[in-house]
Amino acid sequence: MNDSTKFTRLPATEAERDEAERATREEVLAFWDERFGVPPETFADHTFWERGKGKLWCYRGEPPSPVDIEALGMTFLRTRQEHWKPTLEAVQRFGQHASECVIHLSESEAETFVAGDDQELDWDGDWGYLVVTHDLAGRREPVGVGLYVYGELRSQVPKGRRRELDG
Amino acid sequence: MEPPERYRPIVDDFEAFRAACERPLPSAIRVNTIKATVEDVRTALDEAGVAYEPVDWHDELFVLPDSSPGANWPYFHGWIHGQEEVSAVPASVLAPEPGERVWDACAAPGSKATQLAALLDDRGEVVATDTNLGRISALRTNTERLGATNIAVTHEDARNHTLKPFGGAEYDRALVDVPCSCEGTIRKNPDAFEEWSMSHVRGISGVQKDILERAVQATKAGGTVVYSTCTFAPEENEAVLDHVLAEEDCELVAFELGLDHREGVTEWQGSEFDPSVRKAKRIYPHFNDTGGFFCAKLEVGA
Repeated sequence: MNDSTKFTRLPATEAERDEAERATREEVLAFWDERFGVPPETFADHTFWERGKGKLWCYRGEPPSPVDIEALGMTFLRTRQEHWKPTLEAVQRFGQHASECVIHLSESEAETFVAGDDQELDWDGDWGYLVVTHDLAGRREPVGVGLYVYGELRSQVPKGRRRELDG
Repeated sequence: MEPPERYRPIVDDFEAFRAACERPLPSAIRVNTIKATVEDVRTALDEAGVAYEPVDWHDELFVLPDSSPGANWPYFHGWIHGQEEVSAVPASVLAPEPGERVWDACAAPGSKATQLAALLDDRGEVVATDTNLGRISALRTNTERLGATNIAVTHEDARNHTLKPFGGAEYDRALVDVPCSCEGTIRKNPDAFEEWSMSHVRGISGVQKDILERAVQATKAGGTVVYSTCTFAPEENEAVLDHVLAEEDCELVAFELGLDHREGVTEWQGSEFDPSVRKAKRIYPHFNDTGGFFCAKLEVGA
């Protein structure tokens, strides 16, 4: 049974799964690899945990499972829905390893994205969730996750993280 | 007698101290080395047109003379965190090594917990405890924005902290930055003295003693505990250390600090404390143009 108040460690593979809808570690690694080209070894030191239905967390430690505390590392991925969705935090932390489904924005486009506004943009790749990057301090830095559909990049920046930046 | 007047007998250059308490404090930031280097942050602040000044005792701190840290790119990316200079002292003194297990007993809103996570190079484990759910929410926001993946948050009273969720293992180090009467934050919070009362000081001193005792008990033999407050009251500082030295197997140890300070006081209003409390450090606002702070380092009996 899925206990929504506790963190349960993801089973390594299908063979170890005892809760039908819980994602496996293998599936999570495959998702990042197939969708964004993030190599599985990026997460070699991390464990994945579920609390609540489909809310996954990423932790660099190995407490006994299940564990009944307030938070374990960072929120990471939303599963148990048709299209799995990475969190802004996961993309900011691990998105520099992405090589696919990455959309690079100009300064003003990035400001629009962070303010929480949608915008019409050209994109030749798959529709769906994209890693959004911009230039910062001489490198391409992941800002967050956007949803690309119908010629439009929809900002997925959570309300509490939106900002009108000074420039 | 109320602060700051009651500290006249122990503060050098008392008039300068009182004047400093009335001046506002500039904003300061800490570089979050989990996500960026000091050089990255300098470049990003230059690009954003944000002025910054280095801090001589700590490479990863900057003072922002003209602005607050919230509305620029490096903040949005979690490359920087608004944190006052003296607030960066206790985690620096605790100095955990990558891979260690550390307890932050009163962790919200998370400036020090995320600093510990960065000092651990986001490895090992920081168990961050707080008793207040609202403050835990702020702690969670900060750990996420700063990208720390090695912080586990527990909601409990630090006095009754349990090692059970983590299999019972004791900590290598513990940070005990306790709730206090906050006199040292007067430059940031001008109401701090108005809310002050002697009964609050006495009451909170009991809580501080219990939390520090629990931290010593939860730390391995030979491990390190750092005790800190943002207050000047000896009742909450040296008296708490004196108590734990008598009750638990631990001793105060000397440490280096690049900020101007004075040693802990061994006498206060008729009470005498263990002479080793001199090894603690008192930081006053007029010494380094910072907030006020108290910090002590303890070694748990081997």
